[in-house]
Amino acid sequence: MSKKAKMTWNVGLIAALLATLFVLEQILPSGSMFFTVLKKGAIYALVAVSMNLLNGFTGLFSLGQAGFMLLGAYAYAILTIPVESRGSVYQYFDGGIIQFTVPVPVALIAGGLLAAAFAFLIGLPVLRLKSDYLAIATLGFAEIIRAVFQWDKLGPITNGSNLLRSFPSFKSVLYPFVVSGICIALIVMLINSTYGRAFKAIRDDEIAAEAMGINLAHHKRLAFVISSFFAGVSGGLLAMYQTTIQASMFKSAMTYEILLIVVIGGIGSVTGSCISSFLFIACSEWWLRFLDNENLYIGGFHVPLLRPGFRKVVFAIVIMVMVLFYRQGIMGTREFSVEGIANFFKNKFGRKKAAEGGGSRE
Amino acid sequence: MSKEHVLRVENVTMQFGGVIAVDNMNLEVNKGEIVSLIGPNGAGKTTAFNVITGVYAPTNGAIYYKDKMIIQNFPQGKMKKLYRGENADQYTGQHVLSPTPDRITRLGIARTFQNIRLFKSQTVFENILIAKHMLRTSNIFTATFRLNAKEEQQMREESEKLLKIMDLEDVRNELATSLPYGKQRHLEIARALATKPELLLLDEPAAGMNPQETLELTQFIGRIRDEFGLTIFMIEHHMDLVMEISDRIYVLDFGKPIAEGVPEEIRSNPRVIEAYLGGAQDE
Amino acid sequence: MEWITRNLPYLMAGVSVGGQYALIAIGYTMVYGILRLINFAHGDIFMVAGLVMVYAVTAMPIYIAIPLMIVVTVLLGFLVERVAYKPLRSAPRMSIMISAIGVSYLLQNMALYVTGGLSQQYPTVPWISDTVTVLGATTKRVTLITPVLTIILVVALVLLIKKTKIGMAMRAASRDFETSQLMGIKINSVISMTFIIGTFLAAVGSLLFFTNYTGVTPTAGAMPGLKAFVAAVFGGIGSIPGAVIGAFIIGICENIIKGLGWTTFSDAFTFALLIVILIAKPTGLFGEKATDKV
Repeated sequence: MSKKAKMTWNVGLIAALLATLFVLEQILPSGSMFFTVLKKGAIYALVAVSMNLLNGFTGLFSLGQAGFMLLGAYAYAILTIPVESRGSVYQYFDGGIIQFTVPVPVALIAGGLLAAAFAFLIGLPVLRLKSDYLAIATLGFAEIIRAVFQWDKLGPITNGSNLLRSFPSFKSVLYPFVVSGICIALIVMLINSTYGRAFKAIRDDEIAAEAMGINLAHHKRLAFVISSFFAGVSGGLLAMYQTTIQASMFKSAMTYEILLIVVIGGIGSVTGSCISSFLFIACSEWWLRFLDNENLYIGGFHVPLLRPGFRKVVFAIVIMVMVLFYRQGIMGTREFSVEGIANFFKNKFGRKKAAEGGGSRE
Repeated sequence: MSKEHVLRVENVTMQFGGVIAVDNMNLEVNKGEIVSLIGPNGAGKTTAFNVITGVYAPTNGAIYYKDKMIIQNFPQGKMKKLYRGENADQYTGQHVLSPTPDRITRLGIARTFQNIRLFKSQTVFENILIAKHMLRTSNIFTATFRLNAKEEQQMREESEKLLKIMDLEDVRNELATSLPYGKQRHLEIARALATKPELLLLDEPAAGMNPQETLELTQFIGRIRDEFGLTIFMIEHHMDLVMEISDRIYVLDFGKPIAEGVPEEIRSNPRVIEAYLGGAQDE
Repeated sequence: MEWITRNLPYLMAGVSVGGQYALIAIGYTMVYGILRLINFAHGDIFMVAGLVMVYAVTAMPIYIAIPLMIVVTVLLGFLVERVAYKPLRSAPRMSIMISAIGVSYLLQNMALYVTGGLSQQYPTVPWISDTVTVLGATTKRVTLITPVLTIILVVALVLLIKKTKIGMAMRAASRDFETSQLMGIKINSVISMTFIIGTFLAAVGSLLFFTNYTGVTPTAGAMPGLKAFVAAVFGGIGSIPGAVIGAFIIGICENIIKGLGWTTFSDAFTFALLIVILIAKPTGLFGEKATDKV
């Protein structure tokens, strides 16, 4: 398939997807679980892809995602709460010290930039660490951020450990889709550029990459800062979706969830991360809900064990099974594409003994 | 006779804790030469390579590339007391230079590794294309938004050309690690060449090869030297290969250079024979 | 004198918490020493030990409940290793770490299911929960017992590692995993033993820890777990005395910070310390240097 044809297909698909969403929104009731999953899924897709850029494509095992999301979410909220509501939001801090607002897109980008700036600062020392030490240092960094944002001395800015609310949010499911979509497209373009190749080289073999003239410190920091920027934007989106935020939301458990999404989707596959974040959110918020229903009867038979919380146990077991037995995840390092599907069917129906579709790489 | 030094190693000592791995090494590589560094196992050959390529900072001594100093160090800190090598005062007080390996490569010194280090998840073509990254003029924004399309195109074309020269064209879309061993060695050399070096360092290019493959490699090294106008400095154990193509040879034993000369001289040098066979029979 | 009475409670609490962290930290450091794995589930096993105790005392007298709790916890640690880590032995290190995170997620969710998300009242253990007065400061007896018990257990452990055959096998495995296998060491039983010892100490630690805090929640293990891990890194991961000393230092510093009225930052301090250590001396106080071969 030519490059042009591929482009047309992709643009067509995206347009069709957005149009479908738009139509669905007109038909289905707006409170439908379906939209909850789509909204949250789109946001998680962005943060999962940003983590994948780091863990999957650059080989840096970082667990600081929740901290960067917190930075983005707070920056967004603080910059967009209408001045007239500040009195009631910052009720313990005399309305806070920030008395202006900026437009929503500016605030989202500012959130990303704040996260990127912090990443730049801690990246200087932390990125010299190897694999698991890096993981634990970034995890620790996220915890520090969380503690600092709950500090009441910073209350006039962060509102201490109290809720931030009343900032603008989105109604339409198209909003997170478009924003996440643009961001993910940017990440994909980066991955396919010469810089993306350098990132993959670092992942495969640091010593060889360095011997090929790739400045390790510089490139690792680039990946870290960019990944954090998009984590920050997704934090802003999450704030919009949730309508209220609090520093205590952004625990390490959140990072773990994102990591599990990346693993299930396939480390090193952007489309895998997207698909798995929707599946993950759908399972945890919607499809497995019935497991929490204590009074579930199937043909007069009272299903045992079911009660609130059972859903999460089943879910965690499914994840463990994935981690242990399907280490490649849904996509491995492959990408979902029109061409891939076309080849798949060609192989299925054309030749019986088809070559493997480029998958199963260790 | 006026010779143009490409690489000059001056009084380089590398000491790890109390162990001296390279002891006051001096050597020169001139433009267009193929120079080999030989010596028994554990003589410090790879360590010498790692010092030249910036993996380790030498404990003492200096290294010049095209008569410009690129690396220099003297015993400092804990090493001050521990240092047992020579010329400890010669470089004191002068500026310390210890560039990272990537900077050395960008100067024009490329290398291969003893235990092949290819980018495992990448294809043959991508392995070469990655090496072109260091020649970019684009930054991360222009690269992401494809404002560097022309440069990208050029990188790809040059890589294709290199593949053709290196006889790797037919396997261009294979995974690098799926190639047979000998081909992987070729690819590693091709990848080093993609950085457009003037000086190529080969760390045991014939390791693990059979005589037939070694013979092919011998011709191959000579060919790329001529074709790319290279200067080559290599470590090797296969004496056939070393004697066949080296212009000059340095012999290292227990970190100390014990002999230097053209292949014929080395072959008949009693100290070299002793180093390889051991001096036990004489007593 | 007055200064002492005012600050002694913090110092004592610090030593006591330090001892509890030390018991958890040993589990981390031993596992890391052999498998090079940060066992993220270790803190959650510690939490499960607390929950088992809570439910056990409702059904039986306390002198049966305590040994039962220890046995169940050790069994859990053993099972986690067999099910979640053993199949991944030849996999990249990242996969095992992800598996550990998965186990942590599973244990937390199971605890959430069992408890319904409510904080469970930890039973009062007779004698060790009694109140005593030291130099004018009132405290629970557990505060005094913890450091002593910790030291005794650590000495016993060090003797085990230095003097016994299995201890020698452990040392060999942590030195060089592959070679020790070639030398005929049954690596799987060594690893199992490591997990058994680690979880045993964590179980004892949980008894001491929760007696002081009274409430067990599904996430109660996460923070002490992370801090104990920091202690292990601080002391030089792989080194048992290092982990113990690191744990005491962290426990004391944390409580001094609380005493100064900076409670918000007592957690942040631990992680700041971690980052500083990793950057300044990644091998910790007593760790060995490792270099990559080119």
